[in-house]
This record gives sequence, structure tokens and C-alpha cells, in this order.
Amino acid sequence: MEFLNYFGNVFTIYHMSLLIGGTLAGLILGALPGLSPTMAVALMIPFTFHMEPAAGLILLGAMYTATVAGGAISAILVNVPGAPANIATALDGHKLANQGRAAEALYYCFTSSFIGGVIGIIVLIFFTPPLAKLALKFGPTELFWIAILGITIIGTIGSKSVIMGLLSGIIGIALSTIGANPMLGEDRFVYTEHLESGIHIVAALIGLFAIPQVLNLIEKSRDAKDAAVHDLGESNVLQAVLFNLTRIKALSIGSIIGVIVGVIPGAGGQIAGLVAYDQAKKLSKDPDKFGHGEPDGVIAAESANNAMVGPSLVPLLTLSIPGSPTAAVLLGGLLIHGLFPGPTLFTDHAEVTWTFINSLLVAQVFMLIIGLFLSRHSGWIIKVPAHFMAATIFILAVFGTYSIQSSYSDVLIMATLGVFMYFGSKLGFSPAPVVLGIILGPIAEDNFLQGKLIGEAGDGVFAYFTSGVLNITMITLVILSIAYSAYSEAKMNKLKQKVLADKERRLKNNNIKGNNKDDDSDNKTQGAI
Amino acid sequence: MYQLRKTCQRKRMYQLTSKLSKLSLMLGTSLLTLAAVTNANAEGYPERPIGVMVAYGPGGATDFQARIATLSSALEDKEGKPVSIGQPIYVTNKPGAGGRKGWNWFASKAPKDGYMLAAYNVPHFIAQSIMFDTKYNVDNLEPVGNWGADPAVLIVGKDSEFNTVKDLVDFAKANPGKITVSGAGKFVGHHIAHLQLAKAAGIDIKYVPGKGGVDALKLVKGGQVKAGFNNLSDAARAKGDIKVLAVADNERHTFLPDVPTLKESGFDVDDSSVNFRGLMVPKGTPPEVISYLAKTVPTMFNDKKTQGKMKQTNSPVKTMNRDEVKAMWAARAKSLPVLLNDLKK
Repeated sequence: MEFLNYFGNVFTIYHMSLLIGGTLAGLILGALPGLSPTMAVALMIPFTFHMEPAAGLILLGAMYTATVAGGAISAILVNVPGAPANIATALDGHKLANQGRAAEALYYCFTSSFIGGVIGIIVLIFFTPPLAKLALKFGPTELFWIAILGITIIGTIGSKSVIMGLLSGIIGIALSTIGANPMLGEDRFVYTEHLESGIHIVAALIGLFAIPQVLNLIEKSRDAKDAAVHDLGESNVLQAVLFNLTRIKALSIGSIIGVIVGVIPGAGGQIAGLVAYDQAKKLSKDPDKFGHGEPDGVIAAESANNAMVGPSLVPLLTLSIPGSPTAAVLLGGLLIHGLFPGPTLFTDHAEVTWTFINSLLVAQVFMLIIGLFLSRHSGWIIKVPAHFMAATIFILAVFGTYSIQSSYSDVLIMATLGVFMYFGSKLGFSPAPVVLGIILGPIAEDNFLQGKLIGEAGDGVFAYFTSGVLNITMITLVILSIAYSAYSEAKMNKLKQKVLADKERRLKNNNIKGNNKDDDSDNKTQGAI
Repeated sequence: MYQLRKTCQRKRMYQLTSKLSKLSLMLGTSLLTLAAVTNANAEGYPERPIGVMVAYGPGGATDFQARIATLSSALEDKEGKPVSIGQPIYVTNKPGAGGRKGWNWFASKAPKDGYMLAAYNVPHFIAQSIMFDTKYNVDNLEPVGNWGADPAVLIVGKDSEFNTVKDLVDFAKANPGKITVSGAGKFVGHHIAHLQLAKAAGIDIKYVPGKGGVDALKLVKGGQVKAGFNNLSDAARAKGDIKVLAVADNERHTFLPDVPTLKESGFDVDDSSVNFRGLMVPKGTPPEVISYLAKTVPTMFNDKKTQGKMKQTNSPVKTMNRDEVKAMWAARAKSLPVLLNDLKK
């Protein structure tokens, strides 16, 4: 209970104002596409240069938590995730918004973020030593299997059909191989200098989500002049929060998966939301509702995202191994203040360290309050006429992409991918599996290469990849995941056949009905699959 | 009709004169700017803030060391005279492709007026210019000063059976190809130290490139590889989880005074793999600007506050002036092709 002694340090006027300012700025930055948590923390580090260590870290911590949650705002309202972590939120969140339940979706998002975040920090406070040991056990082979596990869910994430999803995933993986590879020390598919540093994940995210959205909005504004996109919807905060609290299953799935993914170094906290979403869908009583505006989808994804924050600091603070890309940037923020991760952090620098961790806990509360407040007043965003919205999103997309690494090439890549995605989406491709492919491809490849080199020096590659408790557990999970997908696909086919049979019978009975109606119902069944 | 034509004519006249006046105005301003720029190059340098391009992402070691090293660039003494450069310095990051993206931009597109410097990492950029088709090499860049030197160290896990370099080499001789050595990536200092050790000891050891130094260190801590080369600064910080067997440098380091060099351990490995960090300008920068920077940059690095901050962040410092860096670059440009030649096959 040592941490309780340092709570007093958080509640000074200076630290509190940093927390509030950091949270507010983080929520707004997070909502802008391109300003991912990693980017926001990296931008802030120079500012903390001249601050006291505790104050600097409080600011960084508040920014980290708030940007992760803030990315959901744009995901829900305009279907453009603020960061890769919020992709899963967009899947159901934006559908909810389309149904006129945007405010409700935002309330779910912040309530779940708060709960997930608090659970994550509590794990960080109480379980750091055992989790740190676990984190080290994840070597190249274990990470390879995690990436494969992630790939098994590609087919079922946000696509109309498994085939389309897998195809999109493969395109994503192929795109991820472009550029200079630090492990191979070689350039691949670098036809122009713009492709030299590969396809940056955030540039791809913005291109794939924002540009089709811009083009769709332009289309829409041509059809119906100045039509508002949709209504924010009337919703009672208290009611939504209370409903959220009753969704214990989705909340616990999200939080547990967030914690696990956060601890594993190199797995990329970016996939926590998607994995949680997938599990919530698989374990749900009616998985068909997911993707059509299911609150549980938002709840699982957002609680996972924020539950990931605390645990991703476990390997960082104890072993100097970051659990997420943002934690990696935070490492620089620690080092600048002469705080070297390791056991001494909790002894020699106990005051700074615990003040920082406690402030993360307090930051969750501010995130909830400010987030709920902003949600109530974010209505004007979606009342903006479509053509203004299109222009705004486009400007933000270009600005956000350029700001990642001040690179014009990234902007070109973003725009190219976006235009392709626009036409792709007309053919039934969806952006989420492509982004997931771009994230998972390098994790699978790099760890496979490392594991292969190590295996060759040991007992052989195959033996190295298939031995050990963790490897076997991972392989089992991969098999289960594939088996479940196949099972549900088969079940769906049966259902579809039944529906078709019913339809035929109906047709026979009532031959007068026109073709149009049948086409409609047929489309609907496909949509469900 | 006549009236109309006249109006038209007048209108055209007016358009012409306005065009002319616009043209002359534009010409005048551009000439003025040009004059201002040339003036800046010759006399008044530096008269505005100076940029430093870092070819790695913000928050990384090179980035934050660059920020600390340039902290006191605008410092003035009691009489208001500049102590070092006399202008504030801002850092701009252009990461990608292991640094190649930023350095390619710097060598080909950066202004050559002394208002854009870049941080260099040796041996990285020299090795890259040998292994890849890059727009930069030691001949089109001009160093102005060096602030840090981070040697590679040979490390093993805490519970490793190896306690000295000899233990490791003996094992490798008995079991060729069975020792795995991690490092930050291909063609970086760690890779070069690995090649040098393998050559000097005549052993067959396997290099496992990581995605950066942190990833490589993780492989050693987790016991997935038998040994690793990593940054001395990071290894010194992780003393609890690893054993440091040797330093790949000509002398022992103050951070780890008890750790012998590879040379002391009986293997002829020099300082080719030491990661030097400093500032440079593109070739074509006016000589008076280069000599001004060469004079003031080392003073800036040696500032008391900067040095204190470097020490606080465990960053190994080594201030070198332009001539020393030039000699170091030339030596690397000579020794690295020989080492990397085996890889090129």
C-alpha cells in the first residue's frame, strides 16, 4: 500500500492543472486523425524538458490516457479512428451514430474507457513484479504466434464476408512488406524514394478510413444539399452510464484482454481493441448484431484500449522494455529526467514513480468527466453540413499525416491508399482488415525471422517454434480461433440455406411477388454473414 | 463605337502598366530577399534560429541527446555576448529506413546556408552509404563537432554460464554456430562489433538483428539469445538483469570501470563500432559558416548545464572538434568497407 503515501503529491494545484490541461488537450488531439497517442506523447516530451520530473511525467501520462480515449470520438462521429487502437470502436460506434445514437455511443465509450483504465492501473500498481517476469517470457516465437492469432481474426473483423476480409488482410500484409527492413537490412518494393521508409501505419490508417469518408461525404452532399450527416440523438447520461455498468461480460472481456495485450512487449497495444471486439463478438449470444450498432462492441473495444495503458507500463518501468509503441516513446520521457527503469525506480525514485502512477489513476476520473461533458456538446460536429465536413476531414487528414514524421511521402501514400480504398469499398472491401494486416504483418515476419535464426542455432526451427508452455497455449488458441470461425461460417451457411429454402417456398406459394423484394432480403442475409 | 474602343485601349494600357508594376515589385522583393540571404551567409551569421535534423524519431536516444547537446546554443555571458552559437536551436525529426530517409533529404535537399544542421550517427551513416545506394557519404557532408560516443558492449543474461569473453569464445569454438548474438539491426555498430569479434577470435557465431536496441536487449534479458552487443549506456543502466563481459572500444569506459575491453580480453577489436553522435552541415555550406560553427559548437557541447544533463541521463559524452571528427570519419570510411565486404557477397 506504499502508493497511498504519495497521493498527496498529485493533489497540488500545479499538478492538478497539468492533469486537467493534459486530459483536455489529449482528448482533443486524440480526436484528430493522425495525432495518435504515440504522436501526442512524442510531441509533449520536449515541453517536459524543463519541468520537474514528476510534473513532466504527469503531463505525459494524462496525455497518454486521454488520447487513447479521444481517438474514439472521431471513430464514432465520422468513422475515422483517431489512432489504430480505435479501429474496433468505429465498427459499431459509427453504426450507432448512424442510427442517431451518437451521444449514447460516446457515453459508452468514455464509461468503458474509465473502467478499463482504472483496472489497468490497478494491475500496474499491484501486479507489477509477477507480470514483469511473464513479459520477459515472450520471445520471438510467442510473439509470432500472437501475430498469427491476430491474423485469424482478420476475416471476421468488419467485413461483409470472410473471403473479402481475408483478401483485405492479405493486401494489408503485402503492403507492410514495402520499404527498408531493419532486420533484413534490405529494401523491398522501393520503386520510388517515397516508399523508402515503407508505409507508416498511421498514414495508412488515415488514408484508408478518412479519404473514402471524405469522398462519400462529397457524394452525399451532391445528392442532398446541405443535409446534416445525422443527429446526435437524445440520450440521458445517467441512463447510458448505468446501462454500460450492467454490460459486465463485454467490460470484463475488454479489460482482461487489454491487460494481457498490454503486458506483452512488442505485441502492439494497437490490436487490444480489435482482439477484444472479436472475442466479445464470438462469446456473445447473438454475434450477428455486431457490426450493426451493438453497444457491447464499443464497450469491449474501448475498455480494452484503456486497460492496455497501465499494463503497457509494467515491462517499461521494471525492465525498460515498452509494452506499446506509446510506452516506447514514454521511455525517452523517463530517461530525459534521469529516471532509469528498473528496481531503483521504485526505491530511489519512489516519490516520482508513485506520484506518476497515482496521477494516471486520477487522470482516468478527469478523462471520464471531461469526456462525458464533451460528448454532450459534440453535437455540432455532426450537424456540420457534409461538404464542410468533407473539407475539414481532408485538411485534417493531410495535416495529420504530414505531422507524423514531417514527410511529404506519407501524404502521397495516404492519398493513394485512400483513393484505392474508396473504389475498393464499392466492391465490398473494408479498411479494418487492411490496417490489421499492416500492423500484424511485420510482427509476424520479424519475429519469425528472429525465431528462425535462433532455432537454427539450437534444436531446429520447428522444434523451437512448437516447444514451451506459452507456444503450445498460443498454438491451441490459434486452432480454436480458426475452428470457431469455420464452425460459425458453417452455421451461417446452414442458416442462409434455410432462409433461401423458406424464400423458395414462399415464392412457390406466392408467385405474384416482384423480384425486387427478394433481392432485398437476399442482400440482407449476405450482410449478416 | 470610338468611345468603346478608347475605353478598351485605356483598359489594356492600365492592365499592362499594372502587370509591369507588379512584375517590378516581385522582382524587387525577390532581389531584396536574395540580398538578405547572401548577406546572411557572409557576414551576419547566425541571425535567426538554427534547425537540427534528427534522422530518428522523437524520444529516442539520438533525439533527446541532440536536444540536450544544443540546449545552450543561445547562452549569453554577463555582457550579453554569445558564449557559443548565439542563436536558439530547434530540433526537427525525419525518421525512416534506419535514418536513411532523413540523411538522404539532408544531403540532397537541405539548405546550404548554415541554418539547417543534422545529427550524425557513425558508423551507421557511413556503413549505409557503403551498403546502399544513398545520396550521402563522407564526401558530401561536413562535420562541425561531436558530442557523444556510445561504445558497443558484449552482454549475456544474468543467469548465463559465461562470465568472461574467453568462456564464450571457448564454447563457440567447441560448438560452432550455436551462439546467437543479438544487436539493434543490420549494418549498425553492434553488427560491426559482432563481425569484428567473430573475425578476431576465429569463431562462427550467429547474428540475430533486432528491431532496434531495446528489442535486442530484451532478447538477452529474456534468455532467447545467448549473448548480445548493445549500447554501453543502456547496458550500464540494466546492470541488474545482465552481465557485461567486455567493451568494444580502445579504452575502458568510466560508466563501467571494471569491465575490460575486448583487446584486454585477448581479441583484437578496435573502436570501429563505437556509436559517435555529433552535428554536421551539407557540403557547399560557405566556409566562413563552417569555421564559425566548428569554433562554437564544441563550446556549446561543453557547457556546464548541458554536461550535467548528459550525466543525469546517463549519456556517454565525448566532445571532439571538427578536425578530430574529420579524422575519425576518414578512418571509418577506410576500415568499414573491409569489414562489410564479406557481407556484400
